[in-house]
Amino acid sequence: MGKTYIVVAEVRGGSLRQVSLEALQAVSAAKQEGDDVASVLIGSQITTLASELANYVEGHVFSVDHPDLEIYNPESYLDVMKTVFERAKPDAVVLGHTALGRDLAPAIAAHLGAGQISDVTAIEKNGDDVLFTRPIYAGKAFEQRQFTGGPQVVTIRPNNFSPAAPASSPAEIVELDYAPSGSLRSIVKDIVRKTSGKVDLTEAKIVVSGGRGVKSAEGFKPLEELAEVLHGAVGASRAACDAGYCDYSMQIGQTGKVVTPEIYIACGISGAIQHLAGMSQSRIIIAINKDPEAPIFKIADYGIVGDLFEVVPLLTQEFRKVLV
Amino acid sequence: MNIFVLLKQTFDTEERIVIQNGEISDDGVKYVINPYDEYAVEEALLQRDQHGGTVTVVGVGPERTAEALRTALAMGADEAVLIGNDGLESDEYTVSRLLAAYLEKQSVDLILGGNFSVDSGGGQVAVRLAELLGLPHTSSVTKLAIDGQKAAVERDAEGDTETLEVALPAVFTAQQGLNDPRYPSLPGIMKAKKKPFHHIAPAELGITDEAAAKTKRVSLSLPPQRQAGRILQGDYAQQAAELVNLLRTEAKLI
Repeated sequence: MGKTYIVVAEVRGGSLRQVSLEALQAVSAAKQEGDDVASVLIGSQITTLASELANYVEGHVFSVDHPDLEIYNPESYLDVMKTVFERAKPDAVVLGHTALGRDLAPAIAAHLGAGQISDVTAIEKNGDDVLFTRPIYAGKAFEQRQFTGGPQVVTIRPNNFSPAAPASSPAEIVELDYAPSGSLRSIVKDIVRKTSGKVDLTEAKIVVSGGRGVKSAEGFKPLEELAEVLHGAVGASRAACDAGYCDYSMQIGQTGKVVTPEIYIACGISGAIQHLAGMSQSRIIIAINKDPEAPIFKIADYGIVGDLFEVVPLLTQEFRKVLV
Repeated sequence: MNIFVLLKQTFDTEERIVIQNGEISDDGVKYVINPYDEYAVEEALLQRDQHGGTVTVVGVGPERTAEALRTALAMGADEAVLIGNDGLESDEYTVSRLLAAYLEKQSVDLILGGNFSVDSGGGQVAVRLAELLGLPHTSSVTKLAIDGQKAAVERDAEGDTETLEVALPAVFTAQQGLNDPRYPSLPGIMKAKKKPFHHIAPAELGITDEAAAKTKRVSLSLPPQRQAGRILQGDYAQQAAELVNLLRTEAKLI
C-alpha cells in the first residue's frame, strides 16, 4: 500500500497561494510510485478556488467551506484537519512555511505524534530514503534531515520549489462539513491588513531593503517607490527596525525573516553577519552604500558607492524607462 | 499567576558557523538566550510585576544551558528548571514531550516562549507543547494584556496585525516588538545565585527512549561563498543606467 500525502493549501487575499502549488511540487519530489496525494482547502466561499486547486492534484481535494473559516484560527483549523484525517489517514502532511503553516504544522505534528521538518528548501531521494534540506542559523549553514519513523509533517519555504504542473485529470472535490464547536478558547476579533495590495516579503521576487543609512521612517519613501516600480517588497535591517524607522515585520536577518529573491537591493545597509544570514541566498545582490569599506560589498554582485538618497531615485527612473 | 517561560540557549547571532568533523564547531562561541526567548522572559517579568505571581524559566538541553537560565534569573525570574537531555536523541518532538511531562504536573496560568529559535529555527516546540497540554496558543505575539482569565493579544501574521481574545491558561510565543528586554543588573546577578535552580532528568519525568527523536540529521554543509562583484564607476546617473543594463544583459533578470 502506498503512502497518503496531504497538502494543506492556503487562500490569501482571495487567491490560492503560490506556495501551495510549490508544496504540491515538493510532494512530487518526495513521493514514490503508488503513493496518494490529496489536498485540503479551508476557507469561506472557496468553490472556485477548490476547482482551481483540483487542476493540480491527482487524488482528492477536500474542500471545507464555512463562513467561520474565513480567518485562520488555530483551534478551528486543527479541528478541520482532524476531520480530514478521519477520511484520509495521512502518512505525511505538507504545508507552506507561511504564517499559517508555521502555526498549524506543529499542532498537527503534536496531534499525530509525528516528527516535523520545517522550512524545507530542497528534497532529494536516495533509494528509499527521502532527504530534506533546510537552512539552520537562518542560512549560515544547511542540514539534510530525514524521518526515522512515524507520520511526517513538512513545511516548505516559499520560492524554492517550482509550482506544480497541472495534473493529467483534475482531482475529485470532496466537500466536508464543518460544525463550529462554539467553545473556541481563542477568537480573532480584528485584522488590520497592513500588507493588502503589497507583495509579501518572503515571496517577493525583488526586495529593496533599507538600513541605518535610511536615517528615518520618511527615508524609506524612495525605497518604496523603487519597490513599487519593480513589483517588489520593502525590507529592512535590524538597525533600521531598532531605530524605529520601520515595523519589525519588515526585518530581514537571523532575527526576522529570511528572504531569497531574484534581486536584493541593499540600501544603506552595512552588512552585519546577522543580516547577511537572512539575505545572502538571494540570486543577485546589489549594494548601495556611502562607505566603500562596508562588508555588504564583499558579497554584492554589483555595488554603487554613494548616497542612497541620490542613487535610489535615479535607479527608479532608469527601471521605469525599461519596464513601462 | 504561575508563569512559565520556555528558554533555549543559542549561538550569538553575530557568530559565524564553522563545520568541523561533520559537526558545527562551538569552539570559542558566545552563547546567549535565544533572542526571541529573551522577549518572552521580559514579558513574563512585566506580567508578574503587574499581576503578581512567579516566573519559572524552563530549559531543555545540555549543562551549559544553565548559564542562559541564570541570566534569566538575573533579569528577574524567580526559579529555573533545567531538563537535561544527554543521551536522549532529541528533536522538537522530544523536547516538547519533555516540557509537557514537566508542565502537566505544574499549576500553569501562562506559558511564554520565543517565536522560533535562531539556530535550528523549526518554530515547533511551543505550539506542540500547547497541543500536548490541551491549551490554546497564539504565536508571534506583539502585544499581550491580561485581564483576569482572559488575554487580549496582538499577533503579527506576515505583516498583518490580528487582534485576538484568548482564554487562560494559554501558550504565547513572542515576536520582535513585544517589548524591550532588560539587561541583568549587578544586584540581579548577585540575587540570581540564591534563587531555586532545579535539575531534572528525563527519567524523573517518566520520559524514556520512546520519546526519542522522529527526525535525524544526515548531513551538514555551508552555503557557497559569495564573491565580491563589481563596483560600478561614473557619476550616479551613469551607474544607475549601467546597473539596469547589467541586470538585463548579464543577469537577465529584468
